[in-house]
Amino acid sequence: MTESINHLEKIKNSLSRRNRAEKRFRWYGRTAIFIGLAAVLVLFTDIVNKGHGAFRITYIELEVTYDQDRIGVNNLTDPKELTRGNWEALSKTALRTEFPNVSGRSDKRRLNNLLSSGAGFDLKDRLVANPHLLGRKESIWILADDDIDTYFKSWLAGDAYAARLSSKQVQWIEGLHQQDKIRLQFNSNLFTRGDSREPEQAGIRGAVMGSLLTLILTLLLSFPIGVSAAIYLEEFAPRNRWTDFIEVNINNLAAVPSIIFGLLGLAIFINFFHVPRSVPIVGGLVLTLMTLPTIIITSRAAIKSVPPSIREAALGMGASKYQTVLHHVLPLSLPGMLTGAIIGMAQALGESAPLLMIGMVAFIVDIPGGFSDPATVLPVQIFLWADSPERAFIEKTSAAIMILLSFLIVMNTVAVWLRKRLERRW
Amino acid sequence: MTQLASADKKKRANTAKPTAMKSLEVEGHEATVGKVFTDNPKMTMRNVNVYYDDKQAIHDVSIDIAKNEVIAMIGPSGCGKSTFLRSLNRMNDTVDICRVEGDILMDGENLYAPKLDVVELRARVGMVFQKPNPFPKSIYENVAYGPKIHGLADTRVDLDEIVENSLRKASLWEEVKERLHQGGTGLSGGQQQRLCIARAIAVSPEVILMDEPCSALDPIATAKIEELIEELSENFTIAIVTHSMQQAARVSHRTAYFHLGKLIEVNPTEQVFTMPEHPLTEAYITGRFG
Repeated sequence: MTESINHLEKIKNSLSRRNRAEKRFRWYGRTAIFIGLAAVLVLFTDIVNKGHGAFRITYIELEVTYDQDRIGVNNLTDPKELTRGNWEALSKTALRTEFPNVSGRSDKRRLNNLLSSGAGFDLKDRLVANPHLLGRKESIWILADDDIDTYFKSWLAGDAYAARLSSKQVQWIEGLHQQDKIRLQFNSNLFTRGDSREPEQAGIRGAVMGSLLTLILTLLLSFPIGVSAAIYLEEFAPRNRWTDFIEVNINNLAAVPSIIFGLLGLAIFINFFHVPRSVPIVGGLVLTLMTLPTIIITSRAAIKSVPPSIREAALGMGASKYQTVLHHVLPLSLPGMLTGAIIGMAQALGESAPLLMIGMVAFIVDIPGGFSDPATVLPVQIFLWADSPERAFIEKTSAAIMILLSFLIVMNTVAVWLRKRLERRW
Repeated sequence: MTQLASADKKKRANTAKPTAMKSLEVEGHEATVGKVFTDNPKMTMRNVNVYYDDKQAIHDVSIDIAKNEVIAMIGPSGCGKSTFLRSLNRMNDTVDICRVEGDILMDGENLYAPKLDVVELRARVGMVFQKPNPFPKSIYENVAYGPKIHGLADTRVDLDEIVENSLRKASLWEEVKERLHQGGTGLSGGQQQRLCIARAIAVSPEVILMDEPCSALDPIATAKIEELIEELSENFTIAIVTHSMQQAARVSHRTAYFHLGKLIEVNPTEQVFTMPEHPLTEAYITGRFG
């Protein structure tokens, strides 16, 4: 009798100990998740804080006279004549009209520096698009220089940064501000232009297009190859030393540092096959090599998760191996394969190291229109901007990171959604 | 006596392995007691040995399955009855390490002959599995799958007819005729198993193999399947592996008792359950092991 009471006592004692252990364990888990979330939160707030400014940029309103004599162009449809035109005269004259009292060589230069160095060409584009403006006057918002932009934004935030401006320039800006002739506008250049040495003219369109072209090629190559390899290895290949060897090496390949793939691409695609450097073709080939192991491994996992009873049912009905795979295994494992492919693509989208090796790190202004145009990609664009000395590139870098992150978030959300949507239960 | 015989057989298995071309002379069938052979066999098995790598799962089994009979295979777990059943439509081919020796013939044709196409064989020998395994497709698609891949229906109307007939034969038609295009996996366990039977008979096989078809079902669903097996035996030859001796007693004409990979006794079901010839059979059916 006493023994059984002792027994119960012991169980009770151990019970509270076990409960405490469980509680502790739960807290470990919660702490881990909290640390992870906090890290993500800090990262995101920092990036958004630095980068949100890049989506707006400073414009100055000026009275522009499209004076034919000053430009020196008669025919607006002749491209040769257009390149010869003195377009800068348009913006310079406009500034001179706004500030008639400025004199002296250096002051005039400072005045001209209020506007972006591309302001004249923006006016040219406007005139070519609207030829009826020739000889007329109009009031128009013109892109300001990046130093002005940096100063104006910091001044609006109450912490003016005037280190790169002269006191006269600061006065002019204040004068413009009093007349409401300087303001922040949505920065459409960021989305419509390619890279530039001038921060106010730099955009990510070129990098986005480069990433898109590279990814399309990567997907087109790596998904069919990866899925075929996975199906063969999982369903058809005999189990022997050779397939074990292949399996080990696919797993090894997944663990190879990505820069090695870049070196491989440089040696094989560029040096041996003479594919031009810096183009999406070679980028896509290299990223295909890099994502193949990921796609093969996830596809194999998806195929493995198809219950063997389904295969038995099909084989038992007299379906051939090929029919079993095509009619049953493939449709059931496709969601998993797609998820794997999207995750592989997300990985490829964020990859920069291998692309540095194959010359996709070049400074490219033109927006690539095809697979053989020189291009760069988003992460490399971030790397290039982060490396630039101009202060205005700080917020540009963060903005590009935000855009890259939002692409990645969208892709991963699609992957999760696809898995939820297409997943079958049995 | 049995021990001696088995030792003898083991020796033989290690020294001289029987080949597929071997004559049908029955060797060592003194080990199996009862009415092993019939006059009108649908399938004939002689000296069948099955190995998983080096481990022998079936030892020298010889037996006939008569036309339109229901033969039950019983025995304790791991006695090789499922392995034996699966070698009858070469489902064991899918297991890499599995090797089948001996002669398995259907209507005098060797099923393991190199030129025989396993796809054709499985169209002639259908199979129902332990766990209901309908395809995650509609009921209609499940039944129509076999006829489609074998090209049995020329028109949509033909196919509809095959589907309806098969579902009727599997006594499932009345329950599902309103929802043919809903998922087959949404049915109850018993209905799913009858769907699998309908799927198997849709290609009009000659033999149906059933591997513990009721082990995942409740008693009512089991009763329905058993009733169905009786009806099906009019048109098909059925070999059923079962854990339940009552089920064997209810549905089968003959019962084969397997023990540790050996076929111990084959006799008419009534006799097996009332007057078993072999002491091992008696021990099993009286519940001394199982």
